[in-house]
Amino acid sequence: MSIEALPPEGALRTDVPVLEVEDLSVTFARRGEQPTRAVDGVSFSVAAGETVGLVGESGCGKSVTSLAVMGLLPRRGVQVGGSVRLGGTELLGAPDRTLRRLRGAEMAMVFQDPLSSLNPTVPIGTQVTEVLVEHRDMGKKEAATEAAELLDRVGIPDPTRRLKEYPHQLSGGMRQRALIAMALACSPRLLIADEPTTALDVTIQAQILELLRELVVDSGTALVMITHDLGVVAGLCDRVHVMYAGKVIETADRHDLFARPRQPYTGGLLASVPRLDAGRGIPLTPIRGSARDAIPWAEGCAFAPRCDNAQDDCLTEVAGSTVPLEYDGPGRELRCRHPLTHPSSTAGATSSGSTASGAGR
Amino acid sequence: MTAMGDVRRQRIDELAARAGQVPEGEGGVSLVRSAFRRLRRNPVAILGAVIVVVFLFVAAFAPWLAPRDPLAQTLLSEVRPGFIPGAQEGFPLGADQLGRDLLSRLIYGSRQSLLIGVVSTVLGAVVGMALGVLAGAFGGWVDTVVMRFIDIILSIPSLLMAISISVLLGQNQYALMIAIAVTQVPVFARLLRGSMLAQRGSDYVLAARALGVKRGRIVFGHVLPNSLSPVIVQGTLSLATAIIEAAALSFLGLGDPDIARPEWGAMLSTAQDFLSVRPELAVWPALCIIVVALGFTLLGESLREALDPKFRR
Repeated sequence: MSIEALPPEGALRTDVPVLEVEDLSVTFARRGEQPTRAVDGVSFSVAAGETVGLVGESGCGKSVTSLAVMGLLPRRGVQVGGSVRLGGTELLGAPDRTLRRLRGAEMAMVFQDPLSSLNPTVPIGTQVTEVLVEHRDMGKKEAATEAAELLDRVGIPDPTRRLKEYPHQLSGGMRQRALIAMALACSPRLLIADEPTTALDVTIQAQILELLRELVVDSGTALVMITHDLGVVAGLCDRVHVMYAGKVIETADRHDLFARPRQPYTGGLLASVPRLDAGRGIPLTPIRGSARDAIPWAEGCAFAPRCDNAQDDCLTEVAGSTVPLEYDGPGRELRCRHPLTHPSSTAGATSSGSTASGAGR
Repeated sequence: MTAMGDVRRQRIDELAARAGQVPEGEGGVSLVRSAFRRLRRNPVAILGAVIVVVFLFVAAFAPWLAPRDPLAQTLLSEVRPGFIPGAQEGFPLGADQLGRDLLSRLIYGSRQSLLIGVVSTVLGAVVGMALGVLAGAFGGWVDTVVMRFIDIILSIPSLLMAISISVLLGQNQYALMIAIAVTQVPVFARLLRGSMLAQRGSDYVLAARALGVKRGRIVFGHVLPNSLSPVIVQGTLSLATAIIEAAALSFLGLGDPDIARPEWGAMLSTAQDFLSVRPELAVWPALCIIVVALGFTLLGESLREALDPKFRR
């Protein structure tokens, strides 16, 4: 099927999930260096109007996953395997021109640092209209009017004036709003937000998340939320995929995940969220070690060196096979041989209830 | 008391309303404008600008400013072996060995020096930037080819290069300009390529790509404008080198052979035979060269500061 031949409007199917990622793997291989597998067999799908969270520590592969979906990874020295389908259209291996036409129009991305994601020498207006001119064939004037409307929609006051201003004249929150406006300019079907609130202070964070939620609900955009902030997950996501060392280790609905984390890593993440009601002098409970202590998945569970539940059969040489991602009750998947158990559902619910609200801020 | 409260409330509302209004034309402060504002506050920049403007003015209005014809040998009768007439009535700086008014020759000389400096710098900058954009925008093998070519030019000492080119192209002022321009090309090409490569890896380029902006638009609309400031700075600094180099080539006898156009380097060259008789003949053109070069350098350096994001705010 030739993607080029299809009409630009309605080229993507609506009877399938907006985004289907299947067995995605990304390997960085520079000449003369040991190849690094940053993403390994990641699969997930996002339906219209759904918000899916990818959660994990720095370096676990969540950002690389998003760049691979957008086709923004460099060609040289990077091998991408598996399948990424946007509305049924395969993106991996698609020609640059097709990808460029889809980016901005059908899928868009909001990045972590709003200041460095805006060109400092170009007024905001030019950067917003650029997208409209590119994808919606608008004239300069028409685009300017539409840009003002977009800024207004994301809650930037006095948009006509703001359009003439430069990024350094806007506050952090406003910059991120402007970036969201740019991403939503063509009502894309998929929005990937890569830690959109990390560079903002907490009050602004809440506003930006609220804005994202509204936009997703209103327009039925599929949202992939990449974050290490469990508060964001609690407030926004329908489903959550926890990643560790390039693999998904636990998948669950938000409520399930907060109520009954099964992977010891997820449990550790939830336990390490600081709690306001914990009282003074009570130490935080971090996960010991750091993400660098991972062992290769081929040799066993990557989290085993830091895991309190780890036993001999977490290693491949003992168990005879690598740890698989398995069905773990309805809507759940788990990659663990010795998961956390939750003896009574009531006890689990109460303890997790406070955890979730603590994390949810 | 209530009246007082009302007044205060009214005043607050007034202030709030005024704060909401923005004076016309202050919506966006462009980087160029804010750089210019910073430049205006810098005394070094003012000094450099004044020097440059004065010399440009002199060059532009030479026929009206020069007291005499720079070629007329008015004082030839007074020139004797071992004596060249000094300052006197109507000749503020005296005459040269052929009895021509030195001041008028200096004034006309500024035309030639500045013209060669500006034309060769512009030529060098345009060619160099074109190569730089080519290398910076495409990368890969285009980059490799362009940069090796630049390396070859760079490996030849600039004066030697300029001499070879002016010998090859014959002795005229255009050959001189081209010769100097060629020696300027590598600096501009490398500078632009380097800063474009640095910009290409930046977040906003990734963000623009994520929005499906075309490559040409990313290069010319985003990467290039952000890469230009070091090139602008280099441009002013190169003007100084070009003027010095033009003088050097004239001094070596490779300059414009047309005696109808006085030139500082050539004046310096002929003056060396009369250093023991009248050193001022060498001092004045040399001073002119130094001051113009200094003017451009000061302006360039303060421009660098003004455009540097670290000094911004």
